[in-house]
Amino acid sequence: MSRYVGKSMKRVEDPRFIQGKGKYVANIHLPNMAHLAIKRSPYGHARIKSIDTSKAKALPGVIAVYTGQDLIEGGVGKLPCGWNVPDIKVPDRWPLTPDKVRHVGDGVAAVVAETPYIAYDALDLIEVDYEPLPAVVDAKKATEPGAPLVHDNVPNNISYTWALGDKEACDKAFAEADVVVELELVNQRLIPNAMEPRAAVAQWNAATEEMTLWTTSQNPHPIRLLLSAFTLGIPENKLRVISPDVGGGFGSKIFHYPEEIITPWVARAINRPVKWVATRTESMMTDSQGRDHVTHCKLALKKDGTMTGLHVQTWSNQGAYISTFAPLIPTALYITLLSGLYKIPGIWGEMWGTLTNTVPVDAYRGAGRPEASYLLERLVDLAAQELGMDPIEIRRKNFIPANEFPYQTPVAFMYDSGDYHKLFDKAEELADYKKMRQEQEKARKEGRLIGIGVAGCIEASGPAPSAVAGSLGSAVGFWESGKIRIHPSGKVTVFTGSHAHGQGHETTFAQVIADELGVNIEDVEIVHGDTASVPFGMGTYGSRSAAVGGSALVRSAERIRAKMIKIAAHQLEAAEEDMVYDQDSGKIYVKGSPDRAKSFAEISLAAYTAHNLPEGLEPGLEETAFYDPANFTFPNSAHIAQVEVDRETGEVRILRYVAVDDVGKVINPLIVEGQIVGGIAQGVGQALWEHGVYDENGQLLTGSLMDYAMPRADGFPHIEVARTETPSPHNPLGVKGAGEMGTIAATVAIANGVMDALAPLGIKHIDMPLTAEKIWQAIQNATSGNGASGGGD
Amino acid sequence: MKITVTVNGTTYERDVEPRTLLVHFLRDELGLTGTNIGCDTSQCGACTIHMNGLAVKSCTTLAVQADGAEITTIEGLAQNGELHPMQKAFWENHALQCGYCTPGMIMAATKLVENNPNITEEEIRHGLEGNICRCTGYENIVKAVKAAAAEMAGGD
Repeated sequence: MSRYVGKSMKRVEDPRFIQGKGKYVANIHLPNMAHLAIKRSPYGHARIKSIDTSKAKALPGVIAVYTGQDLIEGGVGKLPCGWNVPDIKVPDRWPLTPDKVRHVGDGVAAVVAETPYIAYDALDLIEVDYEPLPAVVDAKKATEPGAPLVHDNVPNNISYTWALGDKEACDKAFAEADVVVELELVNQRLIPNAMEPRAAVAQWNAATEEMTLWTTSQNPHPIRLLLSAFTLGIPENKLRVISPDVGGGFGSKIFHYPEEIITPWVARAINRPVKWVATRTESMMTDSQGRDHVTHCKLALKKDGTMTGLHVQTWSNQGAYISTFAPLIPTALYITLLSGLYKIPGIWGEMWGTLTNTVPVDAYRGAGRPEASYLLERLVDLAAQELGMDPIEIRRKNFIPANEFPYQTPVAFMYDSGDYHKLFDKAEELADYKKMRQEQEKARKEGRLIGIGVAGCIEASGPAPSAVAGSLGSAVGFWESGKIRIHPSGKVTVFTGSHAHGQGHETTFAQVIADELGVNIEDVEIVHGDTASVPFGMGTYGSRSAAVGGSALVRSAERIRAKMIKIAAHQLEAAEEDMVYDQDSGKIYVKGSPDRAKSFAEISLAAYTAHNLPEGLEPGLEETAFYDPANFTFPNSAHIAQVEVDRETGEVRILRYVAVDDVGKVINPLIVEGQIVGGIAQGVGQALWEHGVYDENGQLLTGSLMDYAMPRADGFPHIEVARTETPSPHNPLGVKGAGEMGTIAATVAIANGVMDALAPLGIKHIDMPLTAEKIWQAIQNATSGNGASGGGD
Repeated sequence: MKITVTVNGTTYERDVEPRTLLVHFLRDELGLTGTNIGCDTSQCGACTIHMNGLAVKSCTTLAVQADGAEITTIEGLAQNGELHPMQKAFWENHALQCGYCTPGMIMAATKLVENNPNITEEEIRHGLEGNICRCTGYENIVKAVKAAAAEMAGGD
């Protein structure tokens, strides 16, 4: 029946991007526009003794200069936390800090000027007298007695704690275990680095007192809500937020940021359009960052490899302030995933969310789930090694069998569907795993360090049933809205509350709706990212667009069809229940008499002429649906990486990468594969190269792309991708999330591969990123007993 | 300072501040916003354009250095309404997602292939090291450049 869904269609959004016609925020130019720049802290922790803006104000071309205190007096509010776990202490966060700077990049003043160049010149003329304070940057050390306090009213720098699972069952498992494997690990800080730096443009209409804000957001409606209710105070009906083309987000553009408040506040204050565009370095010290866990974990097993218990303690670095959804990530998206693909009866996870003098941390692609997969899959590999089992054999032994879904884990989630054996069958076959192991054996005899990394990972995507989210601390609901407008000519406009920033919704949602209504895909236009046209929306993150946003659109389409059937039945003088809606053609006909029919275009027009409608039926053809998901979806993956470590240099080369993912039904395989491969690249980035580094004073040492190692084209082999498919049983499209699985699995697949390569040297664990230097050092340390000097040049 | 620059076939005479970066001149003075800015250290390549036959990062070039130059930006790559083979190949091979690095990537790749018509996968990967894409993992970009190279060779 489907003409479009399931097919690899070229993206309809691409022509504008390949011709340089993308509608990014930084491209917006309005008449009489002024330019904003932010003075930022060079210190990780310091008291502001005074700020002298007089020289900056005197610079020709400067319109105004504002400090944090000016903004507070001008009515701005504190940035709120959108996920309040029990007893959380959310410290004050103002758009510009009035008293103390708490991380490098913390904003202290704003300049608005005639040109961006003048605004930057003026920043240099602002004199801030700082009293530097001792800083703390490590998630665990922040809780130690005597550690400097980031916020005076948050004792021990602990903002919140959270725990989940069955402690008793966990203790019992360890008491009765045959084998216990343990790891102390750091899941390092990452900097998201979407290629488009954040930007905002604001325009105030003094006549109507309406504000328009263009912002680089993954979710314009929640930003409007937060601006209206907490930070800017302009009511929602007078505030329009637009997120046009957005150049990547990966989580970092979900959150409410100070510049989204300052830009419109200044635009109103000077009654001129105002534009702010971050530099890359500004992005690196103000965009919320990712990961940063210090973890102690251990896995209990029986001799035969059966997993019985898992205990995890994590200190999660929250940075200097609690970002919008920060407390969600290391709680309900982390500890809840600790069961992985396995039946583990005794799981107990506990965590401490701690404040430090670093950039705030929040969701970054995978968000909690890669951290969970990383520790679990590392432990499983260590256990396999300890027990002399093959890594895939031990995993298979513990899989939740396909006939036990839905499966209730001991850590809250009810997995909806899956077939993990089938998943690994395909991965083993595609990789030719047995042969890979034979080759490894042979290579090892030749002295080569070849490793095979296996990862079997679970993801919870498509957040979330709103009531469940509420019970876990969410301040918002996680449904999605979809509106379909059929025009009198039969053309279709679709409004979705999801937001695309690379995911290709304009193509995939058009495929879905064209099939649902039986129209040509060229006649379907997808609109998103504008609060003035889309009724409401929750945006895009957590791989939720197809599962939640797509489902809302399917529900709207069902309502459109139902109304069209009513009109057609009336005009054809037949009973509604005798009508057939042909989803291949959009034709509506009487069952058994296909020539007694009305075309899609005829009914569309009839709905608007309203000359002959059933009694009581309203004219027009437009339907809206709000879809609240019944559950998360649970995509899963089997990734196998073959790597080689250069014994002389410590450098890692990926020889092969095989990824098999089950993301349920697929709307557009081309786009899904693109998401998987792109996700893998980010996972490889974390495993091998990326690390956001702070020194002990809170100085960000990786504040530019010269210091922060981004994956580049020459670091990768061809990535081999395949799929298995167990449809999600609870959404109408049968889809699961596809955006984050690659990242979740690749990080640990590569790490396991490198550790497997180094296993003959007795090396058990090295923290990521697995840089040549760290590996080389580990090799020197491991082999120094055999006469290797470890020094030399 | 007065400069004369030909961009996408049109000659412009402008008075610019000596410190004006070429990318700001193109975007803010000429309104050619297809060339994006992704970093401030000449690492990401989003701002790549063609200047006097070379692929150049316009964020590390002063506008005054372009005095007398012939420049092509992403907006000038298609000819007579016909997409350049590199643009077509990026579209056909799903070599872009958010699209932000795409103009620079296409401009860099075009010169890469022009200078080396029989380019290998390894040479493509090495040649595009100066252009960062956060979305695609480069897989489809490499595929697209190969496809475009084949078409560009066939067209000669």
